[in-house]
Amino acid sequence: MTLTDPAAPAAPAPAPARPWALLAELTHACPLHCGYCSNPLELTRRSHELTAEQWTDVMGQAGEFGVVHTHLSGGEPLLRRDLERIVAAAEAAGVYTQLVTSGVGLDGKRLSALTAAGLRSVQLSVQHADPRASDRIAGRRSFGEKERAAALVRAAGLPLGLNVVLHHENLDAVDAVVELGLSWSVDRIELANAQFYGWGLLNRAALLATRDQLARARDAVERWRERLTPDGPELVWVVPDYFDGVAKPCMGGWGAISLTVAPDGTVLPCPAAASLPDLDPPNIRDRSLAWIWDHSPAFSRYRGTDWMADPCRTCSRREEDHGGCRCQAYALTGDAARTDPACRLSPDHGLVRALAEDSADERPAVRQRAPGRPEKARRLP
Amino acid sequence: MTATSVTDWRPVPAPAVLLRHDHTRDRDLLLLPERVVVLQGGAGTVVGLCDGVRSVRDIVDELAERFPGAPVAADVPPFLERLRHKGWLR
Repeated sequence: MTLTDPAAPAAPAPAPARPWALLAELTHACPLHCGYCSNPLELTRRSHELTAEQWTDVMGQAGEFGVVHTHLSGGEPLLRRDLERIVAAAEAAGVYTQLVTSGVGLDGKRLSALTAAGLRSVQLSVQHADPRASDRIAGRRSFGEKERAAALVRAAGLPLGLNVVLHHENLDAVDAVVELGLSWSVDRIELANAQFYGWGLLNRAALLATRDQLARARDAVERWRERLTPDGPELVWVVPDYFDGVAKPCMGGWGAISLTVAPDGTVLPCPAAASLPDLDPPNIRDRSLAWIWDHSPAFSRYRGTDWMADPCRTCSRREEDHGGCRCQAYALTGDAARTDPACRLSPDHGLVRALAEDSADERPAVRQRAPGRPEKARRLP
Repeated sequence: MTATSVTDWRPVPAPAVLLRHDHTRDRDLLLLPERVVVLQGGAGTVVGLCDGVRSVRDIVDELAERFPGAPVAADVPPFLERLRHKGWLR
C-alpha cells in the first residue's frame, strides 16, 4: 500500500494538537459597565455558574490534557468568593494562573490569599490614564481602586500587566496610558484596539476609531518603542480589525491553541463563539474536555482549512490567518463560514470599509451595560 | 560583563518564571505571563540546575560530569546569559 493508493482505507484522522491555554470565564458579574464589553448580550446568572468543585474538575482535566496556562477572567473573577479554591486547583494541576481583573475588590488580604493559593500573575484593566475619564468609561468610580491594586500586586512581587481597550474615547491618550504604566511599574502594557463582539457590537458606531486617530496612536506607540529600554515594560499593540484590510489570525486558529469555558460550563473555541446561532457548543457538565476538544462537532467545525470556501480555500495566507474570525464573519455577513470581511480579499470587505470611512461622522452615545442584570440586557435590540 | 562575574553568578528563575515538564508533549517548558517557551534539547536540564545556590561554574562542572564529551563549558554560560538578558533568569 502506498500513500497515494486510492483504494487504501482512510486512516483515522490524527487527533488535533492539544490546547495550551484555557480562558476560564468564572462569572459574567462585573462591577464595571464598559460599553465595549465583548461578553454576550445574554449573561449567565450567578445561580447558573459552575461551582468551585466543577472548576476544580475542569482545571484537573485541563492540566491532564496539556493546558499549561489559564486566564481567570469574567466579568470580574474577584466576585467569586471561592476564587482562591479555583486558583489552588489550577496550581495543583500544574496550570500557570493569571488573574484578569478590574482591580475592584482587590485588597491586601485577598491578594495574600490568592498568592498563597498559587496565583502567578495579574492583568489589570484600566479604561483611561485620566482618573475621571477612566471612571466615566467604566461607568463607576474605580480608578483609585485600580491604582491601589497595582501597588499591591507590585508589592507582592507578582508580574503585572496593564490592559487598556482602545476606542474613540481614549485612543488619543496612548502617551498618557504608557506613562501611567511606567509610573505603576508594570511589566507589560497591552494596548488592545476594541474588537466588536457581544455588547460592544451594539456600541460600534460610538466606539469605532477614526483613521487619523489610529495613525496618531500608532505613531505614539512607535515613539515609545524607540524610547523604552529592554528592562522597561513590554508594549503590545493589538491591531484594529477594520482599517488595515488584513484579517487577524483569530485565536491562532479555531480549536488550535486555546479554549474557553464560559461561566455556565459551555466550552467554546473562543469567547465570542457563543454568538454563533447554530454552533451547539458542548458543556463541561455533560462531556469530558478531551472529547470536546478531539471530537465535538463545535470544535471540529472550522478547524484547519477544509471548511474554507473561496477566496480563503486557495489563499497562500490560509495557514497564517486561518480565514480570520468566524464570529466577525457571522456578525457582519450572517454566515460564519465566509471569509472574514476584515480581509481585503473578502467579497464582503466593502462592509468593513464603509464602517471605517463613516467613523468620523456624528456618533451616538455609548450605551453602558449593567452586568448582573441580564434581564435588562435582553430588552435592548 | 566579565567571564569571572558570569561564572560566579548563581542563576535562579525570575519569580514570574516557572520551569515545568510537560508530560503530554514530553517537553520542558518555561511558563511566563502570556508566554510559553518550549525548551529544546537539554536546555530544561540546564535551567533545572539554576537554583540560586549553584554558581554557573558548579552547573558547568555538574553537566560536564553527567554528559562527558558535550561542549558544556562553551555552550552553557552564553545560554544562561541569554536567558538572563530576556529576564527569565536572575
